[in-house]
Amino acid sequence: MSIAYEPTIGLEVHAQLNTCTKLFCRCSTDYGAPPNDNICPTCLGLPGALPSPNRQAVELAIRAGRALHCTIRGKSVFARKNYFYPDLPKGYQISQFELPLCEDGHVDIEVGGETRRIRIQRIHMEEDAAKNIHGAGQTGTTWVDYNRACTPLIEIVTHPDLRNADETEAYLKKLREILMFTQVNDGNLEEGSFRCDANVSIKPVGREELGTRAELKNINSFKFVKKAIDFEIVRQEALISGGGTVVQETRGWSEGDGKTFSMRTKEEAHDYRYFPDPDLPPLVVTEDQVARVESELPELPEAKRARWQTELGLTEYDAVVLTGHPVLATYLEDTVAALQAELNGDLKKVGKKVANFLQGEVLQHVKTDGLHGEVPVPPGGLAELLVLVENATINGKIAKDVVVEMIETGRGAKAIVEKRGLAQVTDTGAIQSEIDAIVAAHPKEVEAYRCGKENLIGFFVGQVMKATKGKANPKVVNELLRASLKG
Amino acid sequence: MDTAALETQLGDVDVSRWWNAERCHRALVDGEITAEQWTRLALTWAQEDELGTFLFLDAEGALAQATQLDRQRAGGETLGPLAGMTLALKDNICTLGATTSCGSRILEGYLPPFDATVVERLRRAGAVIVGKTNMDEFAMGSSNENSAYGNVHNPWNRDRAPGGSSGGSAVATAAGMVSCSLGSDTGGSVRQPGAFCGVTAVKPTYGRVSRYGLVAFASSLDQIGPFARSARDAANVLQVIAGDDPRDATCSSRPVDDYVGACGQPVKGMRVGLLRTGDGDEPGVKVAMGNAVAALKELGCDVVDVELPHAKYGVSVYYLVATAEASSNLARFDGMRYGLRVTGEDLTDTYNSTRARGFGPEVQRRIMLGTYALSAGYYDAYYMKAQKVRTLMAQDFEKAFVDCDVVLSPTSPTTAFKLGERTRDPLSMYLADVYTLPASLAGLPAVSVPCGFDDEGLPVGMQMVAPAFEESRLFTLAHAYEQVTEWNQRHPDVASAGKTTAGKASAGKATAGKATAGKGGAA
Repeated sequence: MSIAYEPTIGLEVHAQLNTCTKLFCRCSTDYGAPPNDNICPTCLGLPGALPSPNRQAVELAIRAGRALHCTIRGKSVFARKNYFYPDLPKGYQISQFELPLCEDGHVDIEVGGETRRIRIQRIHMEEDAAKNIHGAGQTGTTWVDYNRACTPLIEIVTHPDLRNADETEAYLKKLREILMFTQVNDGNLEEGSFRCDANVSIKPVGREELGTRAELKNINSFKFVKKAIDFEIVRQEALISGGGTVVQETRGWSEGDGKTFSMRTKEEAHDYRYFPDPDLPPLVVTEDQVARVESELPELPEAKRARWQTELGLTEYDAVVLTGHPVLATYLEDTVAALQAELNGDLKKVGKKVANFLQGEVLQHVKTDGLHGEVPVPPGGLAELLVLVENATINGKIAKDVVVEMIETGRGAKAIVEKRGLAQVTDTGAIQSEIDAIVAAHPKEVEAYRCGKENLIGFFVGQVMKATKGKANPKVVNELLRASLKG
Repeated sequence: MDTAALETQLGDVDVSRWWNAERCHRALVDGEITAEQWTRLALTWAQEDELGTFLFLDAEGALAQATQLDRQRAGGETLGPLAGMTLALKDNICTLGATTSCGSRILEGYLPPFDATVVERLRRAGAVIVGKTNMDEFAMGSSNENSAYGNVHNPWNRDRAPGGSSGGSAVATAAGMVSCSLGSDTGGSVRQPGAFCGVTAVKPTYGRVSRYGLVAFASSLDQIGPFARSARDAANVLQVIAGDDPRDATCSSRPVDDYVGACGQPVKGMRVGLLRTGDGDEPGVKVAMGNAVAALKELGCDVVDVELPHAKYGVSVYYLVATAEASSNLARFDGMRYGLRVTGEDLTDTYNSTRARGFGPEVQRRIMLGTYALSAGYYDAYYMKAQKVRTLMAQDFEKAFVDCDVVLSPTSPTTAFKLGERTRDPLSMYLADVYTLPASLAGLPAVSVPCGFDDEGLPVGMQMVAPAFEESRLFTLAHAYEQVTEWNQRHPDVASAGKTTAGKASAGKATAGKATAGKGGAA
């Protein structure tokens, strides 16, 4: 009889704090600078250099903590994690160990219609290591780029509350979204500013005690995390079912092989000899500071989605798409506000109009890079265009062309419409004469229409619009056509 | 310029290597002597030294600073408070353009790309930095015998150790090569060599002086402090180097008191707590301390007995805390970025070979002790427990300071011991710090003041400890004591200790009246 197993997964996410300078010195955190450009005695670990903490980093870590419902510790302690590696300039990493800044938070995720609470055990601050580049230019040689050394990170550690790859992905996406909307992290997986390690184990269904875990390290895409977890669950099940045991070890993911592989076993694990860093006094955070940071927290994407659905008339789908990036969400809200200021109409209709046009015509032109994003038309400009549609100066089809021109030329909607004479023709006389000519030129179609093929109305509208170069007011065209076709 | 030329230049100026910094500053301001002349003299004295004092002489940098001072004076500019002061720095204080080896092979020839905060402040105040002094490797030692670059000899008796770990700095000042010098004190490394060499030596409150640019030994204990031939000179130096530094998170933002002004304040009614000590003190030390207590009473001080019940754990606690921190602080010397690299077969071999070759035996011993103390399963029993005892020791002082204003004891139970005498027995060497360790572990300010000589003519130092940030109290008392005793005005016979002295500025001339070479003085 075979035993059923269930997986248990806990995550450690390293997120780079969105600061201008490093955690313990004033070097820039810019990604992509030439190697060893952003370095100084402190982040290079030169003899005699000392760390002094970056207040902005602390502020962002508190922000993350509160956005994730953690308790903020009034006095947290920086500790040294000691080990030797060329990417670690001081021979130790400054981290937090026994007394982290944030504890006991949670993230609620929804998978398959079920909402689950994933508990966050702790969030601590630490500095990043440098980057080893192996073999570049010369085999057997390793180069070290210290630009990344000492950039500020938070490590967000969950309890082992996740049960499968889908829940893991949902958690990671939700976490990334919250950190981006709070401007804590730029969510950039490729550049390594959001990295994930997963602790995976399996145990017989219903048993309390956790199985031996494998730690999956440094997986830089959500897709690979899912694949690695799925692979690992199957591997461990096969191992145990076959009478073997899981070894506690660190494993990597090889995308080429579609397999996890052993990097380091427990026996090879370091004794990090953590102890409080005597160079840094305990990090003191007052209740007032926490209260202020909390009061400055922006609306989180989940709340936005709910509000947009009730207040702005968006569908859940719209809301999900438009909270895809903080810049996009802000853009939607700014445009709705600008349009509503002009129209003063039903907010739900206004919201829906903006959402539709944004998704249909603008979204494809939006470029994002980390927390930066650019919508090529300012919110006021888009509102101006939508006002023209709303007061029937132009029709929806023309609006699509106009927005393209706005993007290309940077000119305003009104100016384009005026210059190109795109305003709708609502002069019934002019439209009627076009209709008369078209009716006369298409006797067969007129006959068919009169015999009941009423959907031919589309054909006639098309002909009229073609003749008026799309500028005819479609509503007027419709009315006049129906009257003329009645005969 | 050679000595003869200098002599001609100086004419009838009665210049002496024993001029204290105040005298020298006055001479410079009054135009009696130029900064360049005074600096050249200091360089000559340092070059002629045979005590092993200096590891690096920065003639170029010193003369550049001196000529700038002379230009400033000629241009009518106000000179900084330390203008004209020649100064030596312990070789673990980073200096731009001057090697900083920490007395270690692993940093041989290392040139830091920045000045320590104290160095910046000294330069701004007009001090002329003459060079870098010998020291126990990475400040680990009490005799200066752990230097990778040879021993330093005590100027009062060349067979004796100068104390450590700031032995070179103590000697540079004691032998009149410079006006003042800086050392670093982790468990007594300024006070103990100060006592052995007969100069005033100050260990400020932890956090009073920036550690930025001081190569760390034990970060929670290290403090930079001055050596001088008078309390007032030491006060002048501390006045300049003390104060907040945003680059050192452990540096206090508390305003700096007027230390110079504290010299000369009344001491009548000051309560001196005499530490009850065991039988370990040498007879010469006991006699000198007895006389010192009498002198303090004569000054109007009330002398009371005090106890520090946990002081007996000082050595144990210190050698856990300091070695633990050192094991981590010294991890950066791995041959990857700077300093010595011994290339091995692979990365681990390179690490091992570099550190085995680069570090001396005492440093290796302490790294191993500290690594052990921090290891999984031992941390609570050793490091944590030591930190708890440390708290108890700080509380001992708090209780003592209810009954007294300063705690008085010998700086060391012995006078300078013979070179080689204790090198085979690390524990006996560690015990040399028994009186200095409690103030270090409690983070308190302390001063060692010359208070007499033993039968062999070796200086005895007394240590006074004050509550945190009460350095002023120490300067007031030390200065008052100096006024009635003159121990600090006795100088070793450098003429026979060294090969020669700088011509006109003859030490003989200055020492003829005052200097009392010890019995075993010039070996």
